[in-house]
Amino acid sequence: MKFAVIVFPGSNCDVDMFHAVKDELGEQVDLVWHDADNLDQYDGILLPGGFSYGDYLRSGAIAHMSNVMAAVKKAAEAGKPVLGVCNGFQILLESGLLPGAMLRNKNLKFICRSVELAVENNETMFTSLYEKGEKISVPVAHGEGNYYCDDATLAKLKENNQIVFSYASDVNGSLSDIAGITNEKGNVLGMMPHPERAVDDLLGSADGLKLFQSIVKHWRDSHVVNA
Amino acid sequence: MYKVKVYVTLRESVLDPQGKAVQQSLSSLGYQGVEDVRIGKYMELQFDDSVTDVESTVKEVCEKLLSNPVIEDYRYEIEESANQ
Repeated sequence: MKFAVIVFPGSNCDVDMFHAVKDELGEQVDLVWHDADNLDQYDGILLPGGFSYGDYLRSGAIAHMSNVMAAVKKAAEAGKPVLGVCNGFQILLESGLLPGAMLRNKNLKFICRSVELAVENNETMFTSLYEKGEKISVPVAHGEGNYYCDDATLAKLKENNQIVFSYASDVNGSLSDIAGITNEKGNVLGMMPHPERAVDDLLGSADGLKLFQSIVKHWRDSHVVNA
Repeated sequence: MYKVKVYVTLRESVLDPQGKAVQQSLSSLGYQGVEDVRIGKYMELQFDDSVTDVESTVKEVCEKLLSNPVIEDYRYEIEESANQ
């Protein structure tokens, strides 16, 4: 399976994401600059964390206008897995690939620590190797991760099981303690916690690795004969 | 030439933790009567004469980029300014 890690000016978790895929997952991966206009050769798209364009205007607002985003949308429409972490999640929200928006953390602080997440939905291409309700430890590092959407959108997220990860206890004020959601189709996941920073016990947790392994499993099951 | 002033504010239904912190700070300074503070953004855009329909362009850029309709409202003022 071949992944693209999209790099924007100001991305700073691109190399962590690259490392997670190449060294821990053992799959192919390229760093792809934001002006690329074709991602057809990739099976999965990863939008890393950071501060694209210095968070000017709003987090992710400028990055979502980049050239590469048309190709990311095309990949999403084709049903390929698209994962946005932290700033990558904010970019997916700004681009409309996922519903809702991020507000400043409720306590106005940049929060950088490991948090406990609950796997709310393990029937997605991103979480099939987790148990439903499994508690995992994954770090967060953000100032604007306070997820917000209107009541109708929240009801829809719940109804369609689009809330994939939630914080085991309140971290930043997010509605319903939402830590990660998918689109309706289930192939675009945005999450504030960083699974790519939890892929080896040396990093304090390897709980994030199963997310990447789930993506690969899903791809193998549908693309490899006798997988 | 047109000078456009754009004000982007959080929607009424959205909590503003920054505004809340400023309100509490004002109250601890002794300004008890300040009931609420909402923080927003102010932008100035300068349009040259090549833009014929300034108002619809302003609306368009406000909706596409300057504000996020999920959490923010915008309003604007258009002023005609003389060529320098």
